[in-house]
Amino acid sequence: MTATFVDRRRQSREESASVASGKTGRIAWLAIPALVFFIAFAVIPLAGVLILSFTNWDGIGAITPAGFANWAEMLTDPDMYHALWLTLAVMVLSWLVQTPLSLLLGVFTAGTQKYRAVLAVLYFLPLLLSSAAIAVAYKALLDPNFGLGAGLGLPFLSQDWLGNPQLAFSVVIFIIAWQFIPFHTLIYQGGVRQIPRSIYEAAEIDGAGRVKQFFFITIPQLKYTIITSSTLMTVGALTYFDLIFVLTGGGPANATRILPLDMYLLGFRANLMGPASVIAVILVVIGLALALFLQRLGGTDKSSSQLDGM
Amino acid sequence: METKATPSRRTFISLAIAAPLLTWGLTSCGTTGPGGGGAAAGGASMWALSGDPNETIRKNSVDAFNKKNPKTPLKLTFFQNDAYKTKIKTAIGAGQAPTMIYGWGGGTLKSYADAGQVEDLTSWFEENPDVKDRLFAGAFGAATVDGKIYAIPIQAVQPVVFFYNKELFKQVGAEPPATWSDVMSLVKTFNDAGIAPFSLGGQSRWTSMMWLQYMFDRVGGPEVFTDIFNGKADAWSHPAALEALTKIQELVKADGFIKGFNSITADSNADQALLYTGKAAMMLHGSWTYGGMKNDGGGFVQDGKLGWVPFPAVEGGVGDPKNAVGNPCNYLSISSKASDEEKSAAKKYFTESLSNDDEVAAFIETGAVPVVNGIEDQIKETEESDFLSHVYELGANAPAFQQSWDQALSPTAAEALLNNIDQLFVLSITPEKFAQNMNETLGK
Repeated sequence: MTATFVDRRRQSREESASVASGKTGRIAWLAIPALVFFIAFAVIPLAGVLILSFTNWDGIGAITPAGFANWAEMLTDPDMYHALWLTLAVMVLSWLVQTPLSLLLGVFTAGTQKYRAVLAVLYFLPLLLSSAAIAVAYKALLDPNFGLGAGLGLPFLSQDWLGNPQLAFSVVIFIIAWQFIPFHTLIYQGGVRQIPRSIYEAAEIDGAGRVKQFFFITIPQLKYTIITSSTLMTVGALTYFDLIFVLTGGGPANATRILPLDMYLLGFRANLMGPASVIAVILVVIGLALALFLQRLGGTDKSSSQLDGM
Repeated sequence: METKATPSRRTFISLAIAAPLLTWGLTSCGTTGPGGGGAAAGGASMWALSGDPNETIRKNSVDAFNKKNPKTPLKLTFFQNDAYKTKIKTAIGAGQAPTMIYGWGGGTLKSYADAGQVEDLTSWFEENPDVKDRLFAGAFGAATVDGKIYAIPIQAVQPVVFFYNKELFKQVGAEPPATWSDVMSLVKTFNDAGIAPFSLGGQSRWTSMMWLQYMFDRVGGPEVFTDIFNGKADAWSHPAALEALTKIQELVKADGFIKGFNSITADSNADQALLYTGKAAMMLHGSWTYGGMKNDGGGFVQDGKLGWVPFPAVEGGVGDPKNAVGNPCNYLSISSKASDEEKSAAKKYFTESLSNDDEVAAFIETGAVPVVNGIEDQIKETEESDFLSHVYELGANAPAFQQSWDQALSPTAAEALLNNIDQLFVLSITPEKFAQNMNETLGK
């Protein structure tokens, strides 16, 4: 009786092992559509851009080889470094503005009270709007002569928001935050809801207040959520284009001409596809390096756990 | 059995999802041929600029043509000015250009011609002298590259006009300016009265460029830009150029332009609105804005509140105050990638419909001077005769008429120019720095 039982258990274990391996074999096929798209729309264009960066092309005529001329020119171009600096500034400032706010909002909306659910729905509204629509709307609202300030008769709001280089940059940071905080709030909301209730209960018994619970339980438990959100934020900063393009076009006086916009203007306005491709390659390298760095921050130690002692 | 079935069902589902996606991916690459998006067989396509009055006139003209030629209808698509300039370049580079390419001639047309993307129309014009002789001879200059004609002049002469709001001038008791010092004193008068002196859609940048063009001409004459156009070394550092740039910055520093001009775009027509709503007293803009202000200004033009004068002379300058700047007109080229049927349909449209009597009448009615010979009498008879004579004077009789710089120069130099103009108007670079930056683009 027992022998047959053990046998059957062993048998079923072997069976399930063989089924599992068969599964992964077939599941690999499922990756093919994604792989085809990835190669067609990411790898091939990427290789194309790398090749183009060593050529001269006006986008219309023949492509002629240029050797390292474009690279030498771009790497000594002060405008490129200005754009790079602005891109980094957007990245860091966006992170500094968005992370605390979306973290707090995420914790807030993770609560189960009814009014929080209602507010959460309102907070997520900007998520539904396209960047171009947001830019057009803000441009109209911030117009110094026909905008919100003039309409409401509030002189404070009639600043030259998009015409003054310093103000324009801050406005861009603000609108980016307005647009993306809802998304990151959603990520943090999900993260907070996954934290086991029992940890908080244990903390309460130990006499930890709400603030202490936030700093010593919520934030450490959200480590991976923070890394995910930060990766999306910082790497995303390398792709902000549509919003700024519609809002300021990179002006005034290049105050908002970040690298992706610089790339577009060089390539499609000035017809300098070679130098624009150099910028594209630089953007890819920075993006990959950032993503790698942030993944490393998460730690590669597989034995470490967030639920120690549970 | 059960466990076996699951993955295969998943494979099936994933394939079912992937298949339409794949076909979508393939078809979206394949369907847009040179017709630029599904033109009927044998029919040609045309891209044009949105914004009235030109949009309606072009649409009516194409509708009339399609009614007469139901077998070869034209497909017409409109785009916003600034967006179009980028889109058309990309489309041509990708071999997806429409049959008829709308443009401004000059440096951009040269880049198309050099790449063999537009049809050489020289022999066609020789075979159809009626078409050619009907149009302003001067308009063919910007359509000609190395002695060959690559485009047909269309629509209207578009000089840049110095507009002013008569009502506001009456209110402060001022006269329109005749000299640059008049301009500077008017700036003070209007600022003291709480009215912005000049409206400007500075974010579009070519709007600010029109100021430089007139100033360069009035201070140093048309030769200053001719040297730049020909790529003469250090041409931007000409003393007259530096003086003109300095004067412009003085105007900016004196609050000559409306607050926030850097964030106003011309595409939204907000700059025109500032003039007809009485927020700004003067505006330097293309003659086409007359039609726009007539449409949108709610009687501003009809009630005679809009005034215009030639651009003021600059004391000590050598330029003739009768000289003008602007677009000689617009142009249509034929894509060399179009099929023979599309090309002949386009040429048929050129002979039958472009600048025909209906179109000429429609342009004159909106306050524009079409690029057609022998319309002086027609102009005098219309209610717009005052403005039209002014435009005719600027466009057809000016001693020197300079094409818009951003169109005359190569796209590379033009983009650098616009970028530096933006910085010049925000006062973030000096005239010397501007000249130095621009000297590097000479011959590019």
